[in-house]
Amino acid sequence: MSGIQINPDEPICSWGFININLTLIFTWVTMVVLTLGAWLVTRRLSRGMQISRSQNLLEVLVTGIRSQIREVSQQEPGSYLPFVGTLFLFIAMSNLLALIPGFCPPTSSISTTAALATCVFIAVPLYGIGQNGIREYLKQYLQPSVFMLPFNIIGELSRTLALAVRLYGNMMSGSVIGAILLGFVPLFVPVIMQLFGLLTGMIQAYIFAILAMVYIASATRSHSTQPHSEGE
Amino acid sequence: MDAQALIAVASIISAGLTISIGSIGPALGEGRALAQALSALAQQPDEANTITRTLFVGLAMVESTAIYCFVVSMILIFANPFWNHYLELAAGQ
Repeated sequence: MSGIQINPDEPICSWGFININLTLIFTWVTMVVLTLGAWLVTRRLSRGMQISRSQNLLEVLVTGIRSQIREVSQQEPGSYLPFVGTLFLFIAMSNLLALIPGFCPPTSSISTTAALATCVFIAVPLYGIGQNGIREYLKQYLQPSVFMLPFNIIGELSRTLALAVRLYGNMMSGSVIGAILLGFVPLFVPVIMQLFGLLTGMIQAYIFAILAMVYIASATRSHSTQPHSEGE
Repeated sequence: MDAQALIAVASIISAGLTISIGSIGPALGEGRALAQALSALAQQPDEANTITRTLFVGLAMVESTAIYCFVVSMILIFANPFWNHYLELAAGQ
């Protein structure tokens, strides 16, 4: 039972009550890479026709995220961009860095994904109340009829769980399957699995951000814009 | 067989059953979803963006049931709590 570990949360060193584990270290590495990269690029921005390559990259990213948010939520992306964009960039960057040997992506730990899903769980009512007021937001739980209240609450909790386990399962499966394959076909097959893992990592980051946006959009949609489905 | 061997046998067999049965349903569902999306793409190529995005999100939702089965079988094999419990009991004796 050694060699393959499905939990990178084992403490590797500790001072007193502070335990340092791999997840913590690589989360900070990802954050430093993102912050440093963004700081280096945005240090000198130009508004002319000539822009640097890195500025072009960031502009493409931001415009892409904005247009995706606008398409999914049918609302202006302004207030959602910081939250959803951060989720996407963090997950995408940590899945991308997983290609580096020795880098254990923080998203392959259930504690990271649970924390991200909890952020979504908290952000949904915050955006919903901010947009519609607390009465309108709470009314949504009684939406088809009062009897649906428990099911709406269960749905709220289970989709948070699903969000966490989906990302964790996908990222963990990549590294575990790579480690298992390394045992009997050591040469080329793990490389192909890594390539496949790159694709899944990007898709999972996209899906996490899109699902967060869909949940937020369903909470913030005002009732006046909903189509009237009842007969006259 | 003592308790530890029984636990090993049961968890290995049930891990195999979990992932095999648990992947049949999502595989069928994903195949259907993909076929429908392809025919929709062939009929309305202009809507490719919306269809592809919805397809990806839908596939992820369908796939998550298979991922749950995978996580459960991985826990059964690599992080089985009962196995560890009996290991500790055996070490204590």
